[in-house]
Amino acid sequence: MALKAISNQKTQNKMANSYYDPADLRKFGKITEWSEDLGNKFFDYYGKVFEEGALSAREKSLIALAVAHVVKCPYCIDAYTKDGLQRGITKEEMMEAVHAGAAIESGATLVHGVQMMNKYNKLSM
Amino acid sequence: MEQSILPQIKKAAKKSLKARDNELAETNKQLEILNGGVFADGELPYFKDKIAEIGQFPLRPNKLEILQINVGYMCNQVCEHCHVDAGPDRKEIMTRETMELCLEVIRNTGAHTLDLTGGAPEMNPNFRWFVEEAAKAGIQDFIVRSNLTIIRANKKYYDLPEFFKKHNVHVVSSMPHYTRGKTDKQRGDGVFDKSIKALQELNAVGYGMPESELRLDLVYNPSGAFLPGDQMAMERDFKKALDEDFGIQFHNLFAITNLPISRFLDYLIASDNYEDYMYALVEAYNPAAVSNVMCTNTISVSWDGWLYDCDFNQMLELKVASKVKHIKDYNEDLLNDRNIVISQHCYGCTAGAGSSCQGTVA
Repeated sequence: MALKAISNQKTQNKMANSYYDPADLRKFGKITEWSEDLGNKFFDYYGKVFEEGALSAREKSLIALAVAHVVKCPYCIDAYTKDGLQRGITKEEMMEAVHAGAAIESGATLVHGVQMMNKYNKLSM
Repeated sequence: MEQSILPQIKKAAKKSLKARDNELAETNKQLEILNGGVFADGELPYFKDKIAEIGQFPLRPNKLEILQINVGYMCNQVCEHCHVDAGPDRKEIMTRETMELCLEVIRNTGAHTLDLTGGAPEMNPNFRWFVEEAAKAGIQDFIVRSNLTIIRANKKYYDLPEFFKKHNVHVVSSMPHYTRGKTDKQRGDGVFDKSIKALQELNAVGYGMPESELRLDLVYNPSGAFLPGDQMAMERDFKKALDEDFGIQFHNLFAITNLPISRFLDYLIASDNYEDYMYALVEAYNPAAVSNVMCTNTISVSWDGWLYDCDFNQMLELKVASKVKHIKDYNEDLLNDRNIVISQHCYGCTAGAGSSCQGTVA
């Protein structure tokens, strides 16, 4: 009992110290416990998405890695780096995928520059 | 920036754990780790309990199909993931007397496959004689596990492709990746180039060519703390890359999971990946793989003639749980009536599509 209390205390402390714990990734499946139907539907969908299809599972893994960086999800980055290694994807391929994501993300910022230019021009004499 | 492997392991990996007096050279220490930690804490289930859920405990053999003989732990390489802890400093090699006992068994076994492994089996001074004699027994599939670089290691090995061809040996070779960087990181500098050259020489005598009966298969082990991906997808990638870059042909790729023992266990612990790896293995547990794990159709013989359920149990010194424990007393019927010895390393063979020396099993 005392051990359990210490362990709970440790968990509390950890939560207070950090929002992200790598060990939480293993517990991802537990989200189903609080909403079984939606959780299961999500994981079924998720599993299906990454199967071989018109795109290979390998290609989808690289897309997932790029998106993981864009949405800045540390769990997803860990998961899809490992997934890429498992599929024999090289580090050069992984880094290019990250750049593809980063280019879209910076492009998305920069394309708003046109809005800025439009507004500037509209307001200027 | 975090490195994928601690520099000190990398440096130390030029010698076997045994030569370094590393405590993990002691099999008791390895078993203590495999039975303790996250398993003793109840965080992860023991393998025994997991297979009991599907009525497979105690695990029992099916028909014996593969006789695997380890002719010695001596090797020209010191691979970081090696479960044998093989290397140039290992002196345990099979004597001619023990080989004679093995030949007697090979002539009478019901197994359809003979599988010679090591170390680098070719380094055993009696290797060629043993192959010549064993080939006469006419076993359907005669495998030699060659690390490839041995073929280029010394002039006296240059004719191995011809020798293998002469005795219709099925060559199974390790190749961790089709890129230089990943291969050399796991197996040592220069291994990739030598392996490519050796594969080209095997191709030159007919091995691995699409219509050839001279079988050449490759073994892929992940070069790190992760599981192998889909075997067929990996095979496709390997075939494409090796053909395009080097004109190399081979038949099949076997994706083999690294089991958490010996040098790979040392690596997992030193790089702080052990727990995550065990979680990954348990998470990937596939009950469908259990009935086909290789210990159910294999007997493994060590350099000194002891019998084991598999090469991994051999390295953990877990002898068969049978009255027959040594090749000198070999009796196939008695041996087949045994319970297979298991521990937590067995999760490595039941993860995902399963893993064996012949690749996936499920």
